[in-house]
Amino acid sequence: MKPLRRSARSMLLRYLILSAGACILVYPLLWLVIATFRSNQDFSSAGLFPQHPTAEGWKKAFDSYGGQINLLRAIRNTYCIAVPKMLLTLLSATLTAYGFARFQFRGKRILLVLLTATVFLPQTVLYVPQFLLFHRLGWIDSPQYLPLLVPAALASDTVLIVVLIQFFHGIPKTYDEAAKLDGCNSFQTLIYILIPMLRPVLISAGILVLLRSVNDYMGPLLYVKTPVRYPVSVFVKLSMDADSGFAWNRVLAVCCLAMLPQIVLYFAAQRFSAPESGSLQP
Amino acid sequence: MRQSSDSAGFLKRNRHILYLLPWILGFLLFRAGPMLYSFFCSFTDFHLFRGISAYGLMNYRRIAFDPEARRACGLTLKYALICVPLKTAAALFAAVLLSGRLRGIRVFRTLYYIPAILGTSVAAAVLWKAMFRDRGAVNQLLVFLHLPAVSWLSDSHAALWVIILLRVWEFGAPMLLFLAALQQIPQDISDAAALDGAGKAGQFFRITLPLISPVLYYNIMLAFCNAFQEFSAPFVITAGGPRGATGFLSVLLYRSAFTANDMGYACALAWTLFILSAGFSAGFFFFRKRFVFAADEGGIL
Repeated sequence: MKPLRRSARSMLLRYLILSAGACILVYPLLWLVIATFRSNQDFSSAGLFPQHPTAEGWKKAFDSYGGQINLLRAIRNTYCIAVPKMLLTLLSATLTAYGFARFQFRGKRILLVLLTATVFLPQTVLYVPQFLLFHRLGWIDSPQYLPLLVPAALASDTVLIVVLIQFFHGIPKTYDEAAKLDGCNSFQTLIYILIPMLRPVLISAGILVLLRSVNDYMGPLLYVKTPVRYPVSVFVKLSMDADSGFAWNRVLAVCCLAMLPQIVLYFAAQRFSAPESGSLQP
Repeated sequence: MRQSSDSAGFLKRNRHILYLLPWILGFLLFRAGPMLYSFFCSFTDFHLFRGISAYGLMNYRRIAFDPEARRACGLTLKYALICVPLKTAAALFAAVLLSGRLRGIRVFRTLYYIPAILGTSVAAAVLWKAMFRDRGAVNQLLVFLHLPAVSWLSDSHAALWVIILLRVWEFGAPMLLFLAALQQIPQDISDAAALDGAGKAGQFFRITLPLISPVLYYNIMLAFCNAFQEFSAPFVITAGGPRGATGFLSVLLYRSAFTANDMGYACALAWTLFILSAGFSAGFFFFRKRFVFAADEGGIL
């Protein structure tokens, strides 16, 4: 009797701590949603709930700035960058990881050292020289977002490569040998045998790559100069610079709508993904 | 051995080159090449529109003696040294809380991860700016609790903490890694420790922590790498202010390169950031053997 009550009490305590933590963590987002319904006159009044709720912020969130860019267009632009970037990254990283994991060749050690060294090479260090390169190539403000997509096509996501190499090592080589006996060449082995086995990992990696490029701000800030092509990260900053202080409800409604697709996407993808691929971070 | 010189035969024997080619090209074009070029530029007064007119150490001298650059280095270090331990500790604490078998634990895991989805996004930074305004949600809460309100965004000490709090709030990514590692610890190890009379705290520090030390190490290293690069939060929330109190190296680098077009100086700043970051990584590699239990074979690095 006694130990049971004790464990019940400790369980209750754990629930209490967990709930308190969850409240603190979710509170900012809850506050965001409620604050979008405030009117700008009583935006700073005390209390969680607004005295005169209004949908004015939400209506104005869809207005365009200077007739060139609006929120929906910016969200579309974002995914026009992020989806191709995700596919190119997955493709190039899988090919590279396969090359490292399944082939023995001279100089492999050196290449692996270079690969792991670039994992911790901060992208910020590369922005200036890369900008100069793209400037010379005439890629700045390219309508196809070349400066954002071409590096992705050439396997710029080193962390993903390193993680995929580990997953390739986790698949026994007997599968490759069996495929070879059945007449597959190395590329067919990759496509028909190994990639299907890695599918859950690739899906969750894809989601994280997607989230990271949706959240990316400095890249588009440097390489996208025409308002019509702004992605949502640049658009949110624009909206804040233009309206914060006197139209907070609009700014926050824009924020809310900017966050919504990625949160929905994350939950939608949960069903298909593998928990082990958490080592990739958004 | 017979040497065949035709390229088709060469490719047949060296199939790996085809798979590695994109990465090798990308490495040379977008990493090694630009790094070397920026190393060269850092010794010039390269201006985006005026070109180069002088060579020398002037950029590095400027970083060493200019108060703004020195403060940027110090701030970046200070920010990383405060933010990384806090974020890692929060992630570890949450992971330990969430690792047990409890009804509804999955819901809590999801809730704790939500802030991390927002990552470095501008929207999260704008939300933070709205909450930490003088009459924003945080101050209203403080007043409600009969605590003094803080002018978060115009006080130079508080502004740094606003950014730290934002990043600590988003601890979900390292938390997931800790969770995965905690769930791989075999139950019999902790059972044995409990039989030997280890208390909860002793069990955690003597058994659990050493077993997950590879993940701890990886998380800390990655967090440092991210902290050194912090850009969107100081740029959006405080614009480097108040009075330079959040003018991190990345913000100074951005301004020098893309507002002042002073590419030579910006390259020198980038190399300073690189050396800072690489120094930390090298230090971590050096101490890896001492702090990481049983140099893992199948680990991440």
